[in-house]
Amino acid sequence: MNRIQPHTGSSPIPARAGVGFKPEHFGEILEGRPDVGWFEVHAENYMGDGGAPHHYLSAIREHYPLSVHGVGLSIGADAELDKEHLVALKRVCDRYEPGLVSEHLAWSTHDGVYLNDLLPVPYSSETLARVCEHIEQVQDVLGRRMLLENPSTYIKFESSEMSELEFLRAIVSRTGCGLLLDVNNVHVSATNHAYDATAYLDAFPYEHVGEIHLGGHAEDEGDDGEPLLIDDHASAVADIVWGLYDRTIARCGPVPTLIEWDNDVPAWDKLKDEAARANAILSKTSVRHVAAE
Amino acid sequence: MSQLSEIQTGFARAVLNAKDPVPEGVESHLRTKPLKRFGVYRNNVYVSLVSVLEGRFPVVARLLGEDFFKATARVFVEQNPPNSPVLMRYGGQFPEFLEIFEPVADLPWLGDVARLEWAWNLAYHAADREPVGSEALAAIDPSTAASLHAEFHPAVQLIRSVYPVVTIWSENSKDGEPDHIDAGAGGEDGLIVRPGIAVEVRHLPLGGAAFIAALTKGKTLGEAAEAAFEEDTAFDLQANIAGLIASGAIAELRAG
Repeated sequence: MNRIQPHTGSSPIPARAGVGFKPEHFGEILEGRPDVGWFEVHAENYMGDGGAPHHYLSAIREHYPLSVHGVGLSIGADAELDKEHLVALKRVCDRYEPGLVSEHLAWSTHDGVYLNDLLPVPYSSETLARVCEHIEQVQDVLGRRMLLENPSTYIKFESSEMSELEFLRAIVSRTGCGLLLDVNNVHVSATNHAYDATAYLDAFPYEHVGEIHLGGHAEDEGDDGEPLLIDDHASAVADIVWGLYDRTIARCGPVPTLIEWDNDVPAWDKLKDEAARANAILSKTSVRHVAAE
Repeated sequence: MSQLSEIQTGFARAVLNAKDPVPEGVESHLRTKPLKRFGVYRNNVYVSLVSVLEGRFPVVARLLGEDFFKATARVFVEQNPPNSPVLMRYGGQFPEFLEIFEPVADLPWLGDVARLEWAWNLAYHAADREPVGSEALAAIDPSTAASLHAEFHPAVQLIRSVYPVVTIWSENSKDGEPDHIDAGAGGEDGLIVRPGIAVEVRHLPLGGAAFIAALTKGKTLGEAAEAAFEEDTAFDLQANIAGLIASGAIAELRAG
């Protein structure tokens, strides 16, 4: 099966800023047709039979390219993927023909219980084998390449055998999947585990990055009074994350970039401003320095 | 058992049980078993699921007040965590939970209010279908009307209660102070419809619910009307059919 082939009928996602679609902004978006490159939705919110969610998204899709971001597939679980859920994801993709489909390097379901959080995995060869199996299964069922997102983590595992970057590189080389680089997650994880975010970003395999996420985080303290950042998508992108993003774009060229704001959702104009800020950085460079597959 | 499976079993158990210690093998760069860091996951799981329930049961939340609702919902989440990542399906057991949850025993109607809100959620996500319009009413031939069958729109939900559940719900769904409601004022039945994308809750006349329940079971209009008369002799067949059609509840009327 050719996984690289995009779906016929899907509109490609432009290398501009996109915004996470929230139903409360539907009226403003449809009336004003803001100059936003694309929208992204969480797949799980569109797994119902009908009604308002599908009505809104169909109207949005008529005017904008769409990216589908899954939050519940539990790719990092040792247990088998939920086949019913995978079929539901395929149904969403068949219906809305998204330009990009992505999921997380995390797990959320165990023993039939859905924990509704993106839980961390140990970076071991055992996890690697399991995650790759799951990604291949997803790509086979969807008939397309997916992007995998780097996580925000608050703890690490004694049983990890490699770095997050080594782990991500190995996944890409084994499965042919692409990467969704969440720059806020890089800052959050680097702060939480006391490593250098710029070194992590400079070593990131940009040639496989199909999308970037930018979101907000909250500041807290860990058990020993050390800084602990929480990825909560409940505020504006932090200045330090904008700085990392600027550095990233300068290195890899323009990549579709999502403003992710899922909780305490602000007025539409605020999201539009965040998107404009990303576009200003994206437009500083026009050449993709490394070719995305 | 694989090592990964063992790690995830221990991790999931400790996330759900706040009194469990941090699992073996979990660390920060400064210490093993960092309780505060692990607590971020516990907090994310419970806070997010309680917030899902708060959005799904806004009237129950208003009636209980924010803090009491959150404490109640947290106990529900502990006892009934979701079994699917599709969270629009989460919360169907909340009404029954409220009916046996001791701290709200003095609000016996709360379960039915939650039932109405759950029905609202089902209607919101139900399949789309064009309901029949007033022309269907005009087309009914009086001589064969009694033998017709009605098929309901996929969003239609029926709520029957010994409490004034529709009034409690509507008074607490609007902005501003709700009117005083006498919870002992007698029962109410509600019909939930969604002919387009907007969900509507209607207070059914006496006998209306028995009529709809019989139609749902495949009874003819005539048989269903008899069931309704048994509940209330003032049941008005014509007004009820017209009301159902006008509310967008009927997907099809057909002979046989």
